[in-house]
Amino acid sequence: MGSLLLKRMLLVIPNLIGVVIVTFFLTRALPGDPAAYFAGPAADKQAIEQIRVKLGLDKPLIVQFGRYVADLAHGNFGNSLSTGQPVLTEIKNRLPASTELTLFGLILSIAIAVPLGILGAVKQGSWIDHTCRVVATAGVSLPVFFTGLLLVYVFYYLLGWSPSPLGRLDAFTSAPPQITGFYLIDTLVTGKFETFRAALAQLLLPGITLAIFSLAPITRMTRASMLAVLASDFVRTARASGLDNKTVIITYAFRNAMLPVVTTLGMVFSFLLGANVLVEKVFAWPGIGSYAVEALITSDFAPVQGFVLTMAILYVVLNLIIDILYGVIDPRVRLKG
Amino acid sequence: MSESNSIFHHARYVVAENPVTGLAFALFILIALCALIGPYIVPHDPLASDTMATLHAPSLHHWFGTDQLGRDIFSRVIVATRLDFIIAITSVALVFALGGLAGISAGFFLGWTDRIVGRVSDTIMAFPLFVLAMGIVAALGNTVTNIVIATAIINFPLYVRVARAEANVRREAGFVMAARLSGNGEFRILLTHILPNIMPIMMVQISLTMGYAILNAAGLSFIGLGVRPPTPEWGIMVAEGAANIISGEWWIALFPGAALMLAVFTFNLLGDGLRDLVDPQRRT
Repeated sequence: MGSLLLKRMLLVIPNLIGVVIVTFFLTRALPGDPAAYFAGPAADKQAIEQIRVKLGLDKPLIVQFGRYVADLAHGNFGNSLSTGQPVLTEIKNRLPASTELTLFGLILSIAIAVPLGILGAVKQGSWIDHTCRVVATAGVSLPVFFTGLLLVYVFYYLLGWSPSPLGRLDAFTSAPPQITGFYLIDTLVTGKFETFRAALAQLLLPGITLAIFSLAPITRMTRASMLAVLASDFVRTARASGLDNKTVIITYAFRNAMLPVVTTLGMVFSFLLGANVLVEKVFAWPGIGSYAVEALITSDFAPVQGFVLTMAILYVVLNLIIDILYGVIDPRVRLKG
Repeated sequence: MSESNSIFHHARYVVAENPVTGLAFALFILIALCALIGPYIVPHDPLASDTMATLHAPSLHHWFGTDQLGRDIFSRVIVATRLDFIIAITSVALVFALGGLAGISAGFFLGWTDRIVGRVSDTIMAFPLFVLAMGIVAALGNTVTNIVIATAIINFPLYVRVARAEANVRREAGFVMAARLSGNGEFRILLTHILPNIMPIMMVQISLTMGYAILNAAGLSFIGLGVRPPTPEWGIMVAEGAANIISGEWWIALFPGAALMLAVFTFNLLGDGLRDLVDPQRRT
């Protein structure tokens, strides 16, 4: 298991190198002269030249790349043009908001999709199975920003059940002391149950939006994989040995069917992290997605670059965790190591 | 029976078997018509604002209501079809040409070609795809062309994977051997023997990714990339109506959003239908 883990960790390295190279070239591909761009519109020729030397843009590309990597290694993502703040600090402050939202959406989605997929496979052809298929087809066609707006209209405007869709807390509640950065956890740890309720109320709609979005692939995968497992020899043997239905489905079939589902989670994360940006924009969520969107509109490139890099690293790490989880669930993978 | 006739018969059989596919074809024709002649048949000018008629709810005069500037939403939704359609088709055509070619070369030649193509695909897949698209558009510049390029790039690995697998299984096929024996060069075999054979599968792939391409482009324009106002485009129209949702003017965002959803839904259904059409197991 240990050596397998190490081997898998080493596989991350070429991925990270690829990510860093791509983000580097994305800056160099900026239209026009990057020096003139960073100097601002009011700069004269001399100032642009100064900036060029300061940024190291007069050096060969490979030297620039080395400098870029060294900067990243020191945690220097550059400064935002519009606020002058270091990008890394801003991303660090905003990352918990995004992570909390993404994880909340994912957990909600798994909690609905997995039982739905299992029931769809067990009771093939029933109304649950049909619901399953409708969810899977409709889910992939729904633009996530549109679902979010529909939910806001119904639950905020029409029914008035949900608070106004602006950020992580309403204006009357103050943020809990920062421990993990996840409001739901921080409020519980410090015993601020009122704030917990307020934070949950704000999180619910964007969380559901993300959940609806990721429902389709998880449901489809669970159903398909469950169907395959239910048709396998060992399930037939278990049934023939007289085990009751519940034991067969939960202990035998479910555990084996989960393996392909865990693998699918990698792809689901790719979609979720992208959808997160759109949901953050709809709900004015103060995460790194809306930070990047604000920066995009003002053509402030350093935050966008930092955002792309952070998301890519996050995604690589998530995939690593999924692979490790796979090893934990499947003893066969462990034995091979 | 001639070849085209049998294909037609088979298509009719598939549609009869699964009426949803028939519906998808009908919807596709409707969307294509809107894209083709939409701008000539809409009742109002999609760009003309009318300060006397701002934020009107849907009525007989304005079927889908009017927006903050009094523009007719029905006309804007219909006219937007063409732009969204063009973005999706050009980006899919681009990735079909690049990804398809890279994929069949990788699967046919193997060796270094395969390694390089595989490495490029892996690097793209290392990013959350929408995030990469944002980064590309931000870097290349905020234009519609770059949205097309970004959408093509993030779809590249999908096309490579399909084309590579299909080319690889045909690599040592009898007809390839025969072509080689009769003196055809490798490139010639690739283009005239392998490519036509994997075309049907690639067509399914195209139809399946069209929906995703439209969603992606609309998502990018929703966050303010690519298409500039006042150009009618579904994503940007939903963004324009977003602020009005909380004050109850639902029609500004709903209709373009629903059009977007319908288009994506159509392409997804069509892809499934096409897969049935080319799937040899159903050709009985």
